[in-house]
Formats: sequence, structure tokens, C-alpha cells
Amino acid sequence: MGLAKEFTKGLWQELPPFRLVLGLCPTLAVTTAAENGIGMGLATTFVLTCSNILVSLLRNIIPGKVRIAAFIVIIASFVVTVELLMQAYFYPLYQVLGIFIPLIVVNCIILGRAEAFASKRSLLPSIMDGLGIGLGFTMSLGFLGAAREILGGGTVFGLSVFWSSFEPMAFLLKPPGAFVCLGLILGLINIVSRR
Amino acid sequence: MGEVMTFSDYMLMIVGAILVNNILLARFLGQCPFLGVSRRMDTAAGMSMAVIFVITLAGAITWLVQTYLLEKFALEYLQTIAFILVIASLVQLVEIVMQKTAPALYRALGIYLPLITTNCAVLGVAIINIQEEHTFFQALIFAFASALGYSLALVLFASIRERLALAHVPKPFEGIAIGLVTAGLMAMAFSGFAGLV
Repeated sequence: MGLAKEFTKGLWQELPPFRLVLGLCPTLAVTTAAENGIGMGLATTFVLTCSNILVSLLRNIIPGKVRIAAFIVIIASFVVTVELLMQAYFYPLYQVLGIFIPLIVVNCIILGRAEAFASKRSLLPSIMDGLGIGLGFTMSLGFLGAAREILGGGTVFGLSVFWSSFEPMAFLLKPPGAFVCLGLILGLINIVSRR
Repeated sequence: MGEVMTFSDYMLMIVGAILVNNILLARFLGQCPFLGVSRRMDTAAGMSMAVIFVITLAGAITWLVQTYLLEKFALEYLQTIAFILVIASLVQLVEIVMQKTAPALYRALGIYLPLITTNCAVLGVAIINIQEEHTFFQALIFAFASALGYSLALVLFASIRERLALAHVPKPFEGIAIGLVTAGLMAMAFSGFAGLV
């Protein structure tokens, strides 16, 4: 596959979490607002790309038996980096995302890509894969966050969208709403991709 | 938290962890196996056993690591790495021990046992224990109760999905999509417990 293909596949064919059904925990939890979703997506993209780079560079050195443990250590180091960076420079976002920032380390997307792709391919395709899938994830989270924020809270990025007497569907901002919203969007995407 | 708890305080914590703040339906931890493993009751039950065991042990051991290692040497920022390494090693150890002592159970669990390492519920419970400043015993009870809540949600969901498989679902919604909507309805039911504790 050409390099461009590696990048764009993450934006549709293997779009997480809809077509590539991984990374559901943060998807449901942080998408109460569009900017939270995008913030989490960008943090995950950073960790995914960096870990893809390192795993790809070290792929011939890591012994097969301990590779999962090695991947986890690599991913965890970058997650700690992101944690500290966010704590220093993006504190409000850090507080909103809360426990889900350290939980990036068990985000199945990152471990899945390291195992299925970066450990078998050279550096440049791995970078493209990481960036593509990460940005696709960011897009999905942003879209889901915007949908829940607009319909559930009447705002998008903090700006009011509807008239002031409009009662938004607050259900969508709560945990049950997250599940239902994700399920409906997944169904919609299935309809669109079957055409 | 951290002060002496009476028996009723513990009951409140247990009810809270299982029903009110159900780790899967309210805190969103442990989704991937939730949707992947819950198609059949026997796999769901097997996964539940393994999860209860790992989460309880992991909760206890990570608490010890945090108190006697990380805080002793002012290394709290390494919490994520330390915890995930503990969890990965624990799962590996459990696998090896189970292979020798209970091979039938090991074969029944199959691939689900190593997958527990990446289950956000395990790491999530470990981190919540520290955030809530539990004592060791509180951490142990909280971990066990959370795992019970996870198993409850998993088993309930599996029984619903078994019936869903026989129902007439629109084609684009088959599988995960309708599963998510169902989970949403379950979460709505569980959110009725809010205010209980």
C-alpha cells in the first residue's frame, strides 16, 4: 500500500471506534463535549504515533515472547509523558478527562496497532498508520462529542446553538445517552457504508 | 475516606460500587470485552470469574506498590507505568498458576485471560482506589465490589444478547450497534439507583 493509503485508511475504512471496534471506553466517557473529545483524540494520536515509531524501530530487537510486555512499557512511557504535559499546559482539559488519560495505556487501539502493524512494518508506513488512525479517532470523538453536546446541551464548543427556551435532550449527556448515541451513529455508518 | 469505617459504611460502599456507580454502566470502564465477550452466557460467566479474581488481586497489590514503593520514593508520577506492569505480570502469573492447578478452567477461559491485561476496568479500579484515598482493606473491598458489579452487568447483558440474536433486528444495526443501544437502556435502568447511597 502506498503511504497515502496507510494514512487515509484510518479516516474511513478502518475508522476507530466505528469500523475498527476498539477504544470504546474513552469514546463513551469523554464525549460529553466536542472539545473534550478532540482533546482526548489528540492525546491518543500523540501516544499512538510515538509508540508506533518506537515499536517499528525496535521491531527486530524485541524478542517474540515478551513483545506484549515491551509494547506496554513503551506505550506507558509515552502516556506518562502526555499526562505530565497535559497537567502542565492543559490543566482544565486534564481535569475534565481525569482518569481516562492514564487509561490511554490500555486503549486497545494503540496496543492493537503496535501488534498488528508497527511490529511488522517499517518506520514511514507505521508513522502514517499511527497518524491516520489517531486522526480518525479524533474525528470520531469530535463528531460524537459535538452530537451529544448539541442535542444534549444546546451548545457546541461552549457556544449556544439553539434559542434560549429550547430544552435539550439532557439524557444524551448522561452515561445511558452515550451508549445509545454511539449505537445509533454506528448503525448510521453501517447504512452509509453499505450503499 | 481513610478514617475508620463501620460495617454499614462498608455496605454503603459495596452497594455504591455494584449498583450506583457500576464500573461498566456508569464509569464506562471495561467496554471492549463487554461487547466482545457477551454473546453467550458461558463465555460471559467465565470472563466474570477471571475478572473478579484479577481485579481484586490487582487492587490489593497496586495499593501496596503505591504506598510502599511510589510514595516512599516520591515517584507518584510513575504510577501508570508501575500499575500496568504489576497488572501485566499478575495476569501472566495467574495464567501460569491456573495452567498447572486448574487446567480445565484455564482451557475454558481461553484467550480471555491474557485479554484482561488491557481491560480498562482493572487499571481503572487501581487508580480510583488511590484517588479516593482508601485504606488497604477499603481498597480490597472496593475492588471486589466493583468486580462484582462488572460481572453483574456482563451476565445480564449476555442473557439479553442471547435473546437479541433470535430477534428481528434491522440489518445495519445487527451486532454491536444494537448491543450499544441495549447497553444504554441497561445503563438507564441502573442510573435509577442514583440517590440510593
